[in-house]
Amino acid sequence: MQMQQQDNTPGGGSLLKSVDWFTLLLYLILIVAGAVSIYAASYNFDKSSSMFDFDSFSGKQFIWAGLSFILGLSLLLIDRRLYEAYAYPIYGVMIVVLIVTAFIAPDVKGSRSWLHLGPMSLQPAEFAKFATALALAKLFGTYGFALNNWKNYAIAAGIIVLPILCIILEKETGTALVYTSLIFVLYREGMSGFVLFAGLCAVVYFVLILKFASVTLMGIPLGMFIVFIVIMALTVGMLAFYCRSFVLTRNVLLGYLGAGAVAGGLAWFGIVINGYVFFFTVIGVSLLYLLYGMLHDDMRKVLLTIGFAVASIAFMFLVNVAFNNVLQPHQKTRILVTLGIEDDPRGVGYNVNQSKIAIGSGGIMGKGFLGGTQTKLKYVPEQHTDFIFCTIGEEEGFVGSTAVLLVFLTLILRIIAIAERQHTTFARVYAYCVACYLIFHLAVNIGMVLGLCPVIGIPLPFFSYGGSSLWGFTFLLFILLRIDADRKAYGSW
Amino acid sequence: MRKDYNLEKRKYVIGGFIVVLVMIYIARLFTLQVGESKYKVNADNNAFLDKTIYPSRGLIYDRNGKLVVYNQPAYDVMVVPNDVQPFDTIAFCNTLQIDKAEFDRRWSAMKRGRNYSAYTQQVFMNHISAEAYGRLQEKLMMYPGFYIVQRILRQYAVTCGANVLGNIREVNQNDIDSDSYYRPGDYIGDLGVEKSYERWLRGRKGKEVLIRDALGKIKGHYNDGANDVTPQAGNDLHLSIDMDLQELGEYMMQGKVGAIVAIEPSTGEVLALVSSPSYDPALLMGNERGNNYAALIRDPRRPLFDRSIQGAYPPGSTFKPSQGLIFLQEGIIDLTTAFPCHRGFVSGGMRVGCHGHGSPIPLKPAIQTSCNAYFCWGLKRMLDNRKKYKSTSEAFEVWKRYMVQMGYGYVLGIDLPHEGHGFIPNSKFYDKNRGEGKWSSYSVISVAIGQGEILATPLQIANLGATIANRGYYITPHVVRLIDGVGVLKKSLERHQPSINKEYYMSVAEGMRMAVTGGTCRGANLPGLEVCGKTGTAQNPHGRDHSVFMGFAPMNDPKIAICVYVENGGFGATLGVPIGAVMIERYLRGELTPAIQAKANRMASISTFSTKLYGAHSPDAKNVTLKPAKDDKTEKKSDSKAQPKR
Repeated sequence: MQMQQQDNTPGGGSLLKSVDWFTLLLYLILIVAGAVSIYAASYNFDKSSSMFDFDSFSGKQFIWAGLSFILGLSLLLIDRRLYEAYAYPIYGVMIVVLIVTAFIAPDVKGSRSWLHLGPMSLQPAEFAKFATALALAKLFGTYGFALNNWKNYAIAAGIIVLPILCIILEKETGTALVYTSLIFVLYREGMSGFVLFAGLCAVVYFVLILKFASVTLMGIPLGMFIVFIVIMALTVGMLAFYCRSFVLTRNVLLGYLGAGAVAGGLAWFGIVINGYVFFFTVIGVSLLYLLYGMLHDDMRKVLLTIGFAVASIAFMFLVNVAFNNVLQPHQKTRILVTLGIEDDPRGVGYNVNQSKIAIGSGGIMGKGFLGGTQTKLKYVPEQHTDFIFCTIGEEEGFVGSTAVLLVFLTLILRIIAIAERQHTTFARVYAYCVACYLIFHLAVNIGMVLGLCPVIGIPLPFFSYGGSSLWGFTFLLFILLRIDADRKAYGSW
Repeated sequence: MRKDYNLEKRKYVIGGFIVVLVMIYIARLFTLQVGESKYKVNADNNAFLDKTIYPSRGLIYDRNGKLVVYNQPAYDVMVVPNDVQPFDTIAFCNTLQIDKAEFDRRWSAMKRGRNYSAYTQQVFMNHISAEAYGRLQEKLMMYPGFYIVQRILRQYAVTCGANVLGNIREVNQNDIDSDSYYRPGDYIGDLGVEKSYERWLRGRKGKEVLIRDALGKIKGHYNDGANDVTPQAGNDLHLSIDMDLQELGEYMMQGKVGAIVAIEPSTGEVLALVSSPSYDPALLMGNERGNNYAALIRDPRRPLFDRSIQGAYPPGSTFKPSQGLIFLQEGIIDLTTAFPCHRGFVSGGMRVGCHGHGSPIPLKPAIQTSCNAYFCWGLKRMLDNRKKYKSTSEAFEVWKRYMVQMGYGYVLGIDLPHEGHGFIPNSKFYDKNRGEGKWSSYSVISVAIGQGEILATPLQIANLGATIANRGYYITPHVVRLIDGVGVLKKSLERHQPSINKEYYMSVAEGMRMAVTGGTCRGANLPGLEVCGKTGTAQNPHGRDHSVFMGFAPMNDPKIAICVYVENGGFGATLGVPIGAVMIERYLRGELTPAIQAKANRMASISTFSTKLYGAHSPDAKNVTLKPAKDDKTEKKSDSKAQPKR
C-alpha cells in the first residue's frame, strides 16, 4: 500500500510511464486535424489569412486547443481520488449552473445555453458531461450498489435524466439527447439487455410507421400493417429463443400462419377484412392463449413476452399521436426529410443536400487541402461547426474521411479497452461514459452530415469549432487518462 | 473487486455497435464519393459559373481586299428561369424599354421554346441596343438569374453576293447534337461561305471559370484563371469574288431569272457568282431574320435557290464545243470532216432543225454558226461506229466518260454548300427508260446539242469555258482564295485534266473565236479583247427559250471564263451574249467606263420575268420589299416621343 501511494505521486516519473500514450496520441491527431479543418472550412478565396491568424476561426481554435492541452496536462496532475471524492459536489454545482444558465443566458437562435464570461463564451452543457459521468461512476462505485432493484435503477436514471431536463430547459435538445447514450453504461453494468432491445424495436417501429404512412393495406396504413407483422414475428421469436418453449412457439406460429392464410384466401376471393379487426383478433387470441400457456411454463418470461407485444401495439398507436402533437414542426420536418418522405432541398433539406454534394464531390482522393469549393463558397451552412466533416469529405475525399472515422473508432475502442482493464467500478463506469458520449456524437454528427440521421445540432468532437465542446471533451478524456494512469494503485483487493 | 465476466462480455455489444456503425458510415461515404458522380456535377454547378467568351467571327474580304462582311457587337438578355427570384417587373421592363405585355409575351414564348429548360440559360430577348445594355448592366444584380451575353451580329458592306456570303443563324437542336462546340443561343453559318467555312470563321470560344458563392456572388476566377481559355478569333476569308463585278452582274440580271458564273481559268477562282433573283444579305441578320427568312422561303421566285450552282438547266448549244472535243479525240472526225446541213439534221425519218448557213461545213465553222446538224451527225457517227465500239451502249459509255471528265454530271466541288450536279445520262439510264435495245443514236441524238436529258449547272458550263480557255484542264472552281492563317485549301488547287489532247482544244477555241468575230456571238466582239464564245438557245418546257452564253477572253491569255444563263431570255445572242460581253469588258478593262455602264443599264432595263412561272410578283430582282433589320434605338426613340411619360 505504501509503495502504491508513492507511485501515485502527481508529477512523478511514473505518471509518464503509466499514462496511456496511445490515447494521448489519438487526441493530439484529432485536435490538430480539427483546427486545420476549421482553417480549411473558413478559408476565404478573397482574402486568405494565415492559419494562425488569431482573428480567424482556425487561429482561435488553435488557442482553444493549446489551452485545452495545458488544461488537460494540469488535470493529469490532480489526484484521482479528488475526482471520486468530489464527484457529487461537482455534479451538483453543474446542475445549478445549468439551471442558472437557462435563466440568465441571452437568447441565441432560440437557445439559452451560452454563458458570456468576458471575452469567452462557454456552454455549461458541454461541461455537465464529465460531471454526470463522474456522478454516475461514483454511484456505481458505491459499495454494494447494483442494478438489481427498482430503487437503484431510479437513482441511476435520475442522475442521467436531471441534466437532460436542465438542458432541455435551455432549449438545447441536441445536447440533451447526448446523455441518453449513457444507457449503454447501464447496460454494461447489468441493466437487462431487453431494454436495449425494446429501444431498438421502438426506433424500428417509429421509422416504419412514418415511412409507410401514405399507403394503406387492408384498410390500415402500410406502416402499421408491417409493424403488426413485425410484432407477431418478434412474439414468436421471443417464445422460441427467450422462453425456449417449443409448444407455445409452435402453437402461436401455426395460429398466426393459419390466420394469415385465411385472410389471404378471403382477399383472393375479394373479401378484405379490416386490418385492425384482423390483427387485434389474431394477436388478442394468441395473447389470451399465452396467458393460459404460461401456467405450464416459465411464467415470468412468457408474461414479459405478452407485455412486449402489448407495449409494442400501444407504442405503435402512440407514435402517431406523439409525432403529430408533441414534436415541433421543424423537428417533424427534419425527421421526415431524413426518412426520405419529404423532399425539400431548398428548405430543411438544404443543409443535408449541400452537405452530401460537398462530400460526394470529393471523390476518392478529394480536391486537396483548401481546394474544396462547396465549403469555401459557403454552400454548406455551419461548415466550421456541426458540418465540419463536409470539409474533410470534400478536400480529403473518401480516403481522408475514412481515415478520420477510423481514428475515432480506434479511440472509442481504445477507451472501451481502457474501461475493461480498470480494477474499480468507478473507473470503469467513468470510462464507459466517455466512450458513450463519443459514440453518440460520432454517430449523430456524421450520420447527420451523411444524411442518415435527422439534423441534430451537436458538434463533431475535437473537430467542430468552439472552445466549450473541445474543453468538455478534453476534461472527459484527461480525467480518464489520469484515472487510468493510477489503475495499478487500485489493484484488486 | 470481483469482476463479473458475464457482464464483461457486453463490451462486445457496445464495441460491436460502434464498429458496425462506422462500417455503415464508410459504406455510405463510398456510395457518395466513389459510387455516384452526380454530386461532382452538382458541386461544379454550384460553384463554377462558366462564362463563355465569344470569339469574333472571321471577316470576309473580296478579291480586291475590300472588307465585305464584318462584325458588330450585340447583346442578348439571357435568363436561367430557376434562378430568378421575385423582382420588380415594371422596373425591369422600363430598363429594357418594353411593356409588361411584351415581357409576358417573351416569357411565355421562351417557355414554349423547343429546348426550354428552367435550369440553363435561355434567350429572353436578343439584340438589345447598346443603351439598353448599359442600363441593364448597371442594375443586373437586382435581377438574379438574368445575364447579358455579348454576341456578334454580321454587318454587310455590300448588298450583293448573298448566295456567296451566306449568313449566320442561331443553332438548332440538330447543330447542338452533331457538334459539341455549340450551345443554345450560339450562331452558326447558314448558306454560302458562312456555312462552308464555318470551321474557320467561328474561331474558338473562350471560357472564364468564375467561382460563385452560395449567395450567387462572383468571387473571382477559379484557380487564378488557370482554367480560363482565351478566345481565338475566327480566320478571315479572302474571296476570289470581285464584288464590283458581282454587283454589276446582279444589276444586269434584275428582272430576269438566271445566273452568271465567271471564273479565272488559270486558278479556278470564281470572279462572280450571280444568281437572280437575289436579296440583300443584311435581310438575314438581326431580329427580323426569322420573318425575312420565312418571306424569302415563301417567295415563288425562290431567291434562296442559288441558280448559279444549284440550277439544273439544259446547256443548249454551249454544249457543242465539248462534243467537238470528244469526236476529235475519238477520231470520229478530223478538222476537215464536213457534215451536210439542210436546214437541219435529216436522217432516219427524223429532223433536228437548224438555220441557214453553208453546207457541208467542217468543225470550226460548225461551232461558229452553231450548226445543229454537224454535231448530230458527229454523235450519230460515233454511236454507230461498230468498228471502234461493240455496241451503241459501249460508245455511249465512252462519250459519257468524257463528259464526266469535263466536269458534267457530278458536282465540281465548289466550296459552297448544296452544289447541284446537273445530269448526264448513261446507257443504263436509256436501257431503263426506253428499254434495252430499244434506243439508238437517233433516239438520243438531241444530247449532241445539249438538249434532251442533259442538264448542267451554270457553274459547269462556265467550267467548260475555263477548260477550253486553259486548253485542256481546269482547277476546281472555288470562291475563297485564301484563309488567313491557314492558307489555301488543298481542294481549291486540284487540277483536273480530261483525256483530250491540247491541240483539239486549240481548234475548238478557234471555232469559238470565229463565233465571236463572224458567227452567233458577234455581240461579244470587243475590240482588243479577243473574246471567244459560244451561244446557247436552250429549248425548255417552261416557255421561251433560255438564253445562254459561254465564253472566255482574251483568247491567248485567258483571264476570265464566263457563263451567262438567262431563263426564258430568248436567243443566246439576245441577252446571254451582251451580258457576258459587259462582264468580260468590265473585268478586263478593270473599271466601269461610261460606255460599259450604258450597256449594263440597257441590259438591266430588260425584263424577261415569266409571270406564268413565278406569279404576278413585281419582276424586281432585288425584292427588297421585306422589312430590314429593326434598329432598336430609333424605334425606342419614336416610342418615347409618342408616349410621353406621365
